Amino acid sequence: MAKVTVDGIEVEIANGSSVLQAAEAAGKEIPRFCYHERLSVAGNCRMCLVEIEKVPKPVASCGQPVADGMVIFTDTENVRKSRRGVMEFLLINHPLDCPICDQGGECDLQDEAVSYGRDTSRYEEGKRAAAQPDWGPLVKTTMTRCIHCTRCIRFSTEIAGVPELGATMRGENMQVGTYVDKALSSELSGNLIDLCPVGALTSKPYAYTARSWELRKTDSVDVLDAVGANIRIDARGAEVLRILPRLNDDVNEEWLGDKSRFSVDGLKRRRLDRPWLRENGKLRAASWEEVFAAVTNKIKASKPERLGAIAGDLVDVESMLALKEMFTSLGSPNLDCRQDGAVFDASQRGFYLFNTTIAGIEEADALVIIGSNPRHEAPVLNARIRKRWLAGHFEAGLIGVPHDLTYPTTHVGSGPDAITALLDGTHPFAEVLKAAKKPMLILGAGALARPDGAAIHAAAWKLAAQFNMLNDDWHGFNVLHHAAARTGALDIGFLPGPGGKPTAQMLAGGADVLWLLGADALDSQAIGADTFVIYQGHHGDAAAARADVILPGAAYTEKDGTYVNTEGRVQQGFIAVKPPGDAREDWRILRAISAYMGHALRYDTLQELRAHLAQTYPAFALTGELRRLAGGSLTAPAGDPAAVSAVPFEPIFDNYYQTDPVSRASPTMAACVEAHYPNLAEAAQ
Amino acid sequence: MNANIEPTDFVFDAVAEAAVARAIARYPAGKQASAVMALLDIAQRQMERLTGSAWVPRLAMDAVAQRLGIAAARVYEVVTFYTMYNTKPVGKYHLQVCTTTPCWLRGSDEVVSSCKKVAGIEGFGQTSADGLFTMTEVECLGGCVNAPILQINDDYYEDLDAARTEALLNALKSGAPLPPAGSSIGRQASAPVTNQTALLNNTKPVE
Repeated sequence: MAKVTVDGIEVEIANGSSVLQAAEAAGKEIPRFCYHERLSVAGNCRMCLVEIEKVPKPVASCGQPVADGMVIFTDTENVRKSRRGVMEFLLINHPLDCPICDQGGECDLQDEAVSYGRDTSRYEEGKRAAAQPDWGPLVKTTMTRCIHCTRCIRFSTEIAGVPELGATMRGENMQVGTYVDKALSSELSGNLIDLCPVGALTSKPYAYTARSWELRKTDSVDVLDAVGANIRIDARGAEVLRILPRLNDDVNEEWLGDKSRFSVDGLKRRRLDRPWLRENGKLRAASWEEVFAAVTNKIKASKPERLGAIAGDLVDVESMLALKEMFTSLGSPNLDCRQDGAVFDASQRGFYLFNTTIAGIEEADALVIIGSNPRHEAPVLNARIRKRWLAGHFEAGLIGVPHDLTYPTTHVGSGPDAITALLDGTHPFAEVLKAAKKPMLILGAGALARPDGAAIHAAAWKLAAQFNMLNDDWHGFNVLHHAAARTGALDIGFLPGPGGKPTAQMLAGGADVLWLLGADALDSQAIGADTFVIYQGHHGDAAAARADVILPGAAYTEKDGTYVNTEGRVQQGFIAVKPPGDAREDWRILRAISAYMGHALRYDTLQELRAHLAQTYPAFALTGELRRLAGGSLTAPAGDPAAVSAVPFEPIFDNYYQTDPVSRASPTMAACVEAHYPNLAEAAQ
Repeated sequence: MNANIEPTDFVFDAVAEAAVARAIARYPAGKQASAVMALLDIAQRQMERLTGSAWVPRLAMDAVAQRLGIAAARVYEVVTFYTMYNTKPVGKYHLQVCTTTPCWLRGSDEVVSSCKKVAGIEGFGQTSADGLFTMTEVECLGGCVNAPILQINDDYYEDLDAARTEALLNALKSGAPLPPAGSSIGRQASAPVTNQTALLNNTKPVE
């Protein structure tokens, strides 16, 4: 620890910290453009100059390590004068086009210019001009505004692991770019927009849409993958305009995947904004009264064991609980949340959670990924694995389709038989696992949605047990879900009850009335013609087209909802805008319909529902925080580890950008598919 | 000029491969990336050998990146930073005129206009119609004592004026090989023009 004095305030800070960090610890704000906590130090903007006693010249505080007894001044006349000089130089080539710049209002350069800028320019020469390269459908470039901080270059090289950006040319002619014209191929490219301290990189879909001060900001949780990234929803009027990440070091740090960020325009397209009823083979608009009557008649007319309910991937826990309890009161045990058809032992929480936790990845020293592509299924979590790899002394193995995961992996095998090879020690990677102190494995949810899913589940657990992944202070067994609703659904037991039918049986004629709560990822064509399908959801996707009754629900931005991420972290999102038209929050629809049927659920408000939820399932009492499970003294899940087949794993998504009803409705995501998967886009047409 | 466009592929040939191996071997294991500048030079010289135009096509940059296991963007940064790498095809004779202050004071403007006249070009960065000459403006070549300097490919031609520059380039135009490098007025290295070999002729050694 070093003791330093910042403007007369004495602070103690770890050796190796920078002067800037010391100043922050003392509560002093240092202006900066190139410095970013999560990136390497570049020290090229010079805005963070401070004075240090016995040092003749101002010092860039971001790159200067502290020394014991250092006396730092952050606000002397000399410091102010130096920063004013730096600001003047930065503005020499900056176009000052704030009135037409999307960054206006949330621009670091603008903010600092208030403190350190001159009121007029002394510069009479011509300004530098720069080309406006095309970086694909997400990031809009206006490189004349670039101040060469290189944050974007460092982000793409260090965090995203896709080093496509560089600073070409030199001096005044230096250009930040890809050199070769191409769309950025990172799933995290949207974060460049947040990182850019000026308006050089802005959001292309959001261009010229709104000013930051016009927006209403609502904290929420992302549901387009199972990481549960913390987001901020920016809305104006009844429209969600953009989604930005919120800081949460335990989950997403401050990053957000492109799908989660840019799918917003899908929220106002293909929406179900009124109830629909199928008559004579055709859907017609109906009133709530009519559809309630139709649904009630159908349910009353069929036997309880011929009723079935499947919950989808984007649904909040409250709605699933309401649906579950409604079905229980109707006497039906046919419930399933695993619309991908996965069947595995979910009797203990540790069997289906990401037990190591996302932050815990940084403690691991070896990793096996089984049947998953975390870069597509959870890009933010993949960035965490890369962060761990960058720190050194970390080896990763991959069982499944080989991918570029932005860190090197040893390909252990293509099918689940490779797990057996590791168990036998016949594959050399077993030695790596044996030598590791804190090894972990990631089992993709896609690996469970196979005929031998239960066996793979058991084999993976056996692998974890054999290689010291399960003990009292380390739990290295992880299931990586890709559906945001899945963990919550498993937590509340949205699973077949005694004698209940799983998804596959319900689809194959096992139900006369099938209630799909936002379930779009199943094969709706497989549903028998005489099955009465009730679709409750927010997008007119595949399942809505097959439905006999459509109950318009609310998307995740339009309701207060609880979601459990893949780690088992219970998080709540808040309502940002009202659902469109006649659409309502899903639990309210279920509450209303249950009363209509005479089986009224016993909660009238969300508070009552949540209180009931926390009482019935204690895991929900703790919101936001996470208690890590111990790996020791757990019994193994049911399933025969030896029954795994040799059939190779397959990718669960054919692309990253369109995987759910919201992103499928998004023109921005369609443009991304066109840019990055030209074959897929062609096939879709 | 047969290399106006980006070639369809680039592989190091046998001569280059030998040089590449030597360059990489200079650095300790794990630090091969340090050989990036050497490899780019080898690639540029290979292009000169094979096409008569010394430049580094983008595919060559990619080949260097792949060989050294670094990101292509890092190689692009190096190539564009240094003026010695040509990212576009150049003529057989790359005329690099120094126009920094000492050369300019000693008449680099004359050298420039002679180059323009013989090559039949309008300005810097242009290539003559016959593909023989490309003229580039460069910063100080470090030969100020013998200013003005014209660097043709790898060699310095010094103490030039308009007439001598024209004669030199016309000879090249008529097919003559590059003359020996150095001063065009016959002085030895940077020795005084007036044959004075020391500051004072009557200086005696100190006893």
